[in-house]
Amino acid sequence: MNASALPGPATNLQTWIAARAKWHPAEIVFWLGCLLPLLPASLLPGFLQKYWIFDSYLQLLSQIAITALFAISLDLILGYAGVVSLGHAAFFGLGAYAAGLIAKFWFTDPLLGLACAALLSGAIGFLASFVVLRFHGLALIMITLGLGQLLAEGANSATWLTGGADGLQGIRAGKIFGTVEFDIFGQTAYIYALMVAFLLFLLSRRITNSPFGLSLQGIRDNSRRMLAIGAPNQWHLRKVFTISAAMAGIAGALLTQTTQTCSLETLTFQRSADVLVILILGGVGRLYGAIAGTIIYMIARDFFSDVNPQFWYFWIGLLLIGVVSYMPNGLLGGLNWLLLKWRRA
Amino acid sequence: MSTPALSATGLNKSFGSLVVANKIEFNLPAGERFALIGPNGAGKTTFINLMTGMLAPDSGAILLAGEDITRATPAARVKRGLVRTFQINSLFAQLTPIEAVTMAVCERRGESATWWRGLSHYPEAISEAQQILTSLRLDKVATRTTRELAYGQQRLLEIALALATKPKVLLLDEPAAGVPKDESEDLFEVIAGLSSDLTILFIEHDMDLVFRFASRIIVMVSGAILVEGTPAEIAVHPGVREVYLGRGHHGHAHS
Repeated sequence: MNASALPGPATNLQTWIAARAKWHPAEIVFWLGCLLPLLPASLLPGFLQKYWIFDSYLQLLSQIAITALFAISLDLILGYAGVVSLGHAAFFGLGAYAAGLIAKFWFTDPLLGLACAALLSGAIGFLASFVVLRFHGLALIMITLGLGQLLAEGANSATWLTGGADGLQGIRAGKIFGTVEFDIFGQTAYIYALMVAFLLFLLSRRITNSPFGLSLQGIRDNSRRMLAIGAPNQWHLRKVFTISAAMAGIAGALLTQTTQTCSLETLTFQRSADVLVILILGGVGRLYGAIAGTIIYMIARDFFSDVNPQFWYFWIGLLLIGVVSYMPNGLLGGLNWLLLKWRRA
Repeated sequence: MSTPALSATGLNKSFGSLVVANKIEFNLPAGERFALIGPNGAGKTTFINLMTGMLAPDSGAILLAGEDITRATPAARVKRGLVRTFQINSLFAQLTPIEAVTMAVCERRGESATWWRGLSHYPEAISEAQQILTSLRLDKVATRTTRELAYGQQRLLEIALALATKPKVLLLDEPAAGVPKDESEDLFEVIAGLSSDLTILFIEHDMDLVFRFASRIIVMVSGAILVEGTPAEIAVHPGVREVYLGRGHHGHAHS
């Protein structure tokens, strides 16, 4: 008997569906745990204080929050709707440059900057969806890759606007709600990135539990059958592509705002490939896979590049091969499988 | 005579020199159980593809309840009540039956665009899905993943998904394909028990089932309709006997 099967009578289907969207205690523990690094070491008992390293890693933690948000945005189209993209950094970079240019030339309010970045990358995403979503399989991957490269090269040659290879200079830092400044320790940056990522995670969670989210999964599983039950596949896909692009844009804007820098690196193929690797490591189609993948990837990168800055990707490659070979649903999928097995035993 | 639920006039379709539909004309009166029979390659699935808009005819017209739908998209035909199932299971492998059918119900009710509310805010859609699953005896497995279902249950889920769209005309492409003989009778019992407002056309090779469950039969040969009539008329029709018995290479002859 399947562990997820309902033991009681079928009248419980309403509760069964409601239960699927309920918060698991582990989720709450995880999100509360994200606040731990903000504890000052002085609050801890003396013998533990010297092991309390989080405050010196706040910058890395902000990066993790931002990258996780980027990975979640990819999960919405890839994990839920089955649209594979190798050019998702295009929207990340769009948001990053939008936030940078706005802060340089226009106004410095971070939240307003985020909103503008989201609008711009969402709008470009919507337009791009008309081209991208006409393709499937290999052609789809190539189209997204091509669009990503197009934008990267465009930004590279538009030196007057983007600063080209030198990156965008002169990004001014604003205060959040006009009062909270970004401090040099990265505490504000971490709280800010974490809160934005959390709110958009909530939104993604809601989307995936909605009737719309269910239809996306239907398209992912069998788009031909969706047409046969009268579903407007193309509009569903355009919509989620737009949402995903806007979300990736917000992640990019967060990176610009928390580091006060913006370089061509935000648009590279490498970034598109990395986020795909992250998602596949963690497990597609489960949101937390994006988060788990990001944590593992970023920590591994930080650790291995300390050991040997040249060859750290070797270990990522090894990890990727291992996970794909033995855990087709990623690390979280594998973990889930083990848990189910253990419960049944 | 009242307007037929589904009808066609002068439908032609060919791929190069291969004629797959040849001057097809028929009327399906509302509420009838039609069987579409004919040897392999007679164009039965092509017939369904033409009706549902998955293939465009070269010429001719298709009318649904008297309205011309020849140029309507497949999705538009579904919205108007013309729905099909597939000969080879075409399901949502990773969803559970209750999710899949609720999704189809939400699509019909225009709720599938909603991304800001959880699925549990649609109790009517869920209970409608539950009723459909119960009517097809799938309620016990409603929360198992589709790919874990027994093959016969997957065939029933094929029909459940179609019913969720509230069809007026249901086209079943070999609903019992691959199902063992005793189970396929159960499956046809379930089909026979569906609402009598529903007009059903099914493709089936087993002549025992055809003669037991069809109120009328259409015989197709080489892309054309050979004859249409009641089971009694078809049983004694010389042309049909020749198609099924005369050439002798079709295994499911009714004797």
